[in-house]
Amino acid sequence: MSTLYDKPRIRICGDSAIIVEYGAGIDRAVNEKVRAMAALLKRSLPAGVEAVIPAYRSLSLLYNPLATSTDQLAKTVEALEADFRQAEIAKPRIVEIPVCYGGEFGPDLEIVADQNRLTIGEVIAIHTSVNYHIYMIGFAPGFCYLGGLDRRLHTPRRKTPRTNLPAGSVGIAESQTGMYPQDSPGGWQIIGRTPLRLFAPWRAEPFLYQAGDRVRFVAIPEATFRQIREKEWQ
Amino acid sequence: MSDLFLVRTPGLYTTVQDAGRFGYLDRGVPPSGALDSFAYRIANLLVGNPGGFAVLEITMVGPVLDVLAEADIALTGADMGMTLNGSAVANWQALRVRQGDVLRIPKARRGCRAYLAVTGGIDVPPVMGSRSTLVRAKLGGLEGRILKKEDVISRGEGVLLSTPRSLPGHWIPDYRPDITLRAIPGPQDDYFSKEMETFFGSTYEVSVETDRMGYRLKGPPVRPDEGRPESIVTEPIMPGNVQVPADGQPIIVLVEQTTGGYMKIATVVTHDIPGVAQAMSRNRVRFEKVSLDEAHTLYHEQAERMRKIEEHFS
Repeated sequence: MSTLYDKPRIRICGDSAIIVEYGAGIDRAVNEKVRAMAALLKRSLPAGVEAVIPAYRSLSLLYNPLATSTDQLAKTVEALEADFRQAEIAKPRIVEIPVCYGGEFGPDLEIVADQNRLTIGEVIAIHTSVNYHIYMIGFAPGFCYLGGLDRRLHTPRRKTPRTNLPAGSVGIAESQTGMYPQDSPGGWQIIGRTPLRLFAPWRAEPFLYQAGDRVRFVAIPEATFRQIREKEWQ
Repeated sequence: MSDLFLVRTPGLYTTVQDAGRFGYLDRGVPPSGALDSFAYRIANLLVGNPGGFAVLEITMVGPVLDVLAEADIALTGADMGMTLNGSAVANWQALRVRQGDVLRIPKARRGCRAYLAVTGGIDVPPVMGSRSTLVRAKLGGLEGRILKKEDVISRGEGVLLSTPRSLPGHWIPDYRPDITLRAIPGPQDDYFSKEMETFFGSTYEVSVETDRMGYRLKGPPVRPDEGRPESIVTEPIMPGNVQVPADGQPIIVLVEQTTGGYMKIATVVTHDIPGVAQAMSRNRVRFEKVSLDEAHTLYHEQAERMRKIEEHFS
């Protein structure tokens, strides 16, 4: 059952932004439409639009009030509805993220296994079997809101958050799974770590993914972790 | 590029800021940049810099700086009782400093944030299109952090002024302890049909929990209508958005947050955001409801005023 609206709803967000809502909740179909609309808008940015920010169920458009108006933007957004039906939206990119599970990299892997009555091998097999959908990126640079964690892996947060998780930590919190792009405090159950630099400000492309892409975790042994890590972080 | 200041004491929270980092809003990278965009732009104009150059943003307590080389400087925004070699010098004007001078920027007496521009701009490497510091992500500025004792601050290439510049008095803002912020209802005004009057009819106090991410206010709580949830699906947030968390105490969002799940009852107009940047803890804030058209008229007036100021200095 999809919660897609018949036509987009526009919310006024101050004097230089609007929010275009495509549906009511967290819903794959709604988010796919958001992704499609963001792609269409970015393909030829309407005059006066300064940024297009996709979220779970909406797009925020930042505009210059000296160059366009909300009426004009509303018309543009409505016109896109027709394009959407015709447009061929590119298939989502699948971004592989190598992860070394357990040990010093995933101190909570056993907790996740015990709480869900699984073996460590089963946890890894389940976690690496899904193409996770990036609903949106926010909260911190490169932090993904991922959808698709298997119910068998849902695990409560740690009672006491850790004060410093290393960049690349991969964790589980309730029905979510995700990655910490930078060193950060956090209460997630940490099951592994990626040697990739998820946020590299100096790289020509600082991030490895965008909203709408899929993330696929791939289990790697420690030796591979160290090899990749050395290259990525030198 | 040349060394300009040696930091003797850094002040409370002094960072390098420019107009902001706008290319990665969809990747969780907030805009950052000078909170008071007006004072920031004037500071650059006063020393003859083009727009977008980096300055020091100084919060409440300022630094003591040993001058290492000749340059023009200008301090705008909060009045911090600045002295040069022990003599009082005014804000909103360019000053020539020379090697051996000592610049002291003690403490905010009116307003909260001051902006120090220098000939050629503060020289730090741009990161993702901006020199602005985002301390939380250790990004930009001077090693992604606030200034510390014994830092050396460099300036970029630039030409010294041939005639001194100062901002005519009628353009200098007056910072008062009671401010009125004009705000447009929404984006989630439909959640607050009952309490909209509480919000626009009450006086709030600025709490001590204020930073570049947001200003928390204290006052009559604002609750969503009966049957409405206390949060929404996470979505992008913008500077000026007034979030209402479950405790009903509004938060004015500033430049270091990209997403949030609280409802936004209203959004402060761009024109009035510098006024938020200059508000201190315990100052009082009222919100005045304006329409989108009125807000756009203010936006145009602001652009026109800036054009006149630029013309004045050209």
